Amino acid sequence: MSETTAGVIFIAALIAVLALSYKPLGDYMYRVVTREHHRKVERGIYRVIGARPETEQNWAGYARSILAFSAVSIVVLYVFQRIQHWLPLSNGFSGVEPGLAWNTAVSFTTNTNWQAYSGEATMGILIQAAGLAVQNFVSAAVGIAVAMVLVRGFARKATDKLGNFWVDLTRIILWVLLPLSFVAAIVLIGGGVIQNLTDVTSATTAAGDTQSLTGGLVASQEAIKDVGTNGGGYFNANAAHPFENPTSWTNFIIIYLLLVIPFSLPRTFGRLVGQNRQGYAIAAVMGVLAIVSVSLVVGFENMANGTVPQAVSAAMEGKEVRFGVPDSGLFAAATTLTSTGSVNSFHDSYTSFGGGVLILNMMLGEVAPGGVGAGLYGLLVLAVITVFIAGLMVGRTPEYLGKKIGAREIKLASLYFLVTPVLLLAGVAASIAVPSNLESMQEAGPHGLSEMLYAFASASNNNGSAFAGFGANTPWFNTALGLCMIFGRFLPIILVLALAGSFAKQKPIPATAGTFPTHKPLFVGMVVGVTLVLVALTFLPVLALGPLAEGLQ
Amino acid sequence: MARLPRWISQHLAALRAVLVFTVLTGIIYPLAVLAVAQIPGLNDRAEGSLIYDAEGNVVGSSLIGQSFTDDDGEALLPYFQSRPSAAAGEEGDYDPLVSGASNLGPENVVDALPDPALGWDGDENASKSLLTQVCERSLQIGEREGVDGSRPYCTDTGVGAVLGVFYSEGTSGEVTRAVSLNEECGTAQAPFLAEYEGVQVECAEYGEDYAAAIITPIEGDAPEEPAVPADAVTASGSGLDPHISPEYADLQVERIAAERDASTEDIEALVEEHTAGRFLGFMGEPAVNVVELNLALDEEYPVS
Repeated sequence: MSETTAGVIFIAALIAVLALSYKPLGDYMYRVVTREHHRKVERGIYRVIGARPETEQNWAGYARSILAFSAVSIVVLYVFQRIQHWLPLSNGFSGVEPGLAWNTAVSFTTNTNWQAYSGEATMGILIQAAGLAVQNFVSAAVGIAVAMVLVRGFARKATDKLGNFWVDLTRIILWVLLPLSFVAAIVLIGGGVIQNLTDVTSATTAAGDTQSLTGGLVASQEAIKDVGTNGGGYFNANAAHPFENPTSWTNFIIIYLLLVIPFSLPRTFGRLVGQNRQGYAIAAVMGVLAIVSVSLVVGFENMANGTVPQAVSAAMEGKEVRFGVPDSGLFAAATTLTSTGSVNSFHDSYTSFGGGVLILNMMLGEVAPGGVGAGLYGLLVLAVITVFIAGLMVGRTPEYLGKKIGAREIKLASLYFLVTPVLLLAGVAASIAVPSNLESMQEAGPHGLSEMLYAFASASNNNGSAFAGFGANTPWFNTALGLCMIFGRFLPIILVLALAGSFAKQKPIPATAGTFPTHKPLFVGMVVGVTLVLVALTFLPVLALGPLAEGLQ
Repeated sequence: MARLPRWISQHLAALRAVLVFTVLTGIIYPLAVLAVAQIPGLNDRAEGSLIYDAEGNVVGSSLIGQSFTDDDGEALLPYFQSRPSAAAGEEGDYDPLVSGASNLGPENVVDALPDPALGWDGDENASKSLLTQVCERSLQIGEREGVDGSRPYCTDTGVGAVLGVFYSEGTSGEVTRAVSLNEECGTAQAPFLAEYEGVQVECAEYGEDYAAAIITPIEGDAPEEPAVPADAVTASGSGLDPHISPEYADLQVERIAAERDASTEDIEALVEEHTAGRFLGFMGEPAVNVVELNLALDEEYPVS
């Protein structure tokens, strides 16, 4: 069997298992977030937190809770890293430097997992498990919670009550993320992912060298890093490291894990608004965009254009033999289409066009299928914009799921869309204007620009992967990228919650013969088209200067 | 007791929530996974798939690659060689304390030449481009295994075949000057190409600024499918890749057989034994585990 055929079957198998998971997982999550009765263990947690589960919040109250929770998370994680040297299981590492500790705290709280450090040389076992991995759980839960609020905005009528943040947070962690991660971690250990409390095992190799084999609670962290589309590797090499991703089948499982919640949430959405077909339409948009993107990345990597790939005869630099080129390309596409940012091969060494598509994936706003929750709310905002544009074409007041899209709604949706381009393009422009920043580019010319572009696309979209040759550990970039991560996470969240608030207040309008149906292929095609046009108009000029210029040389 | 202002009580609730979830997902969850990992069958893997010798000493992990070179980085000929590694730490290549990739891009083709007085090892500002690294490795492996080590875009001396071309109008017009950017005048015999578009090719002078030149890689006439396989000349993503392709293993069989006084059939059989095909026939790529293979070699065909 040829490499390409095997790759195509791999992708087909992945689509099949995702399709099989869509209904059961989507329905299950629906039950988790709608259950009336509070279980005993949940009540215990609410008591400790001091939350009143029966009281629902309006959008502003919900937003305040999220911001308070995230602010406290950043501070706790910062302090935790700073005092590492006083704590047990620190592998003898010192406290993390202030700038780096700050950057890392922001990065993990915002679900970005941008890593300006090397895991095996900076973070001990305790801080990884009880600091970083905790944020993997809670930041993922925050994303899903926000998506649920937006969906409630569509589903509810004439109310300002949108749910209780502490209830949503607790239930999503307890009944979605924890069980999935637990099972995934055990399966991964079966493949060879490590789970132990040894810091280093010293080996004497056949060649007579000493090799320090690293240990750690890796499987438990690997599982939630994928399930929660976080992406922060236990080790510097992330999912290319054999202790994180030892075999070709763990590679399959990991790609599945990072796609399964984002692709199943449209089902939860469909159930919540009482029309499963609306969920299928959203999932179809995600699927179409994802398949196109995956085909492009895998295709470009297989063609191996460019001087070095041609000299090598394959785009093998930065890729592992056990995965091969197609499965590496698929992973890269999946990690940038979601907000994961974990890597099983190193994107900086990708072909110019292959790497360019990865940047474009993030520029799409990570909606195909996007990060857990973030992908769904991002795509629903694009659906709102699409309905608005369709309404302009036929000259009637646009409505989506029975809710009118008036001036306030379209303003919020447009602002939402503008956040990332502004952060990304202004960030790159400001950085290039400062001559000393150019030293961070590992390579001259278009590839250097691609590296910087990738960094800002990754931070603004909370992805976390990098063209890792880029020297991002400078005061300028630690600050600028840190700000992009914060604003890129919380401005959209606030706007989405506000949008949910204004939808929830409306009474639904019954559908008439003139209502634009939002569950048909025409609508799916329009959302795909609107997304591509908006993103192309925004980013084509800068892509032309980076990856396109490099690849067309 | 007076009630706390709302914004303070909200942050206190948030703090309690962070602590609750730290206990739940940061302590109980990983320890529960650790407990399950103690089950026989899982525990060896959870410990790192360690390989022990007869005396019970750890000699490596079947998942983590090793380098089979001497202290100077020269290949130990009786062993199958691993891929190049970008994880070079205090303990040499394949150091798990510094896992990672080269991160060099597809058009990384121009070397930062060293000060001739200091040389490659002495000048810390000097660095080889990815292209030159590929060319150099290919040539070395070709020599070691007795096959043609040439590749497209590589010179016969194993550096990147790249010209810096100056044009009369900047980026267009007549060629006015051509410099072989990776061949320094002091060390190179003569540029790999005598003439480019009618202009004599110069060697590169250390310290001279060629930024205005258009970088022009020259493909040359090497076979498009080189004899030395792709994985042999590229570094992996982790720097710890324990595998090589079956093609790279095949290339090394004759040398190993000669070094160990064994027949090529015997060595081939052993390679076969340590080759994993695609999982379920379609996942990943066929791969030979170099660490396990070399340990098996030492056991069955010890170097006399």
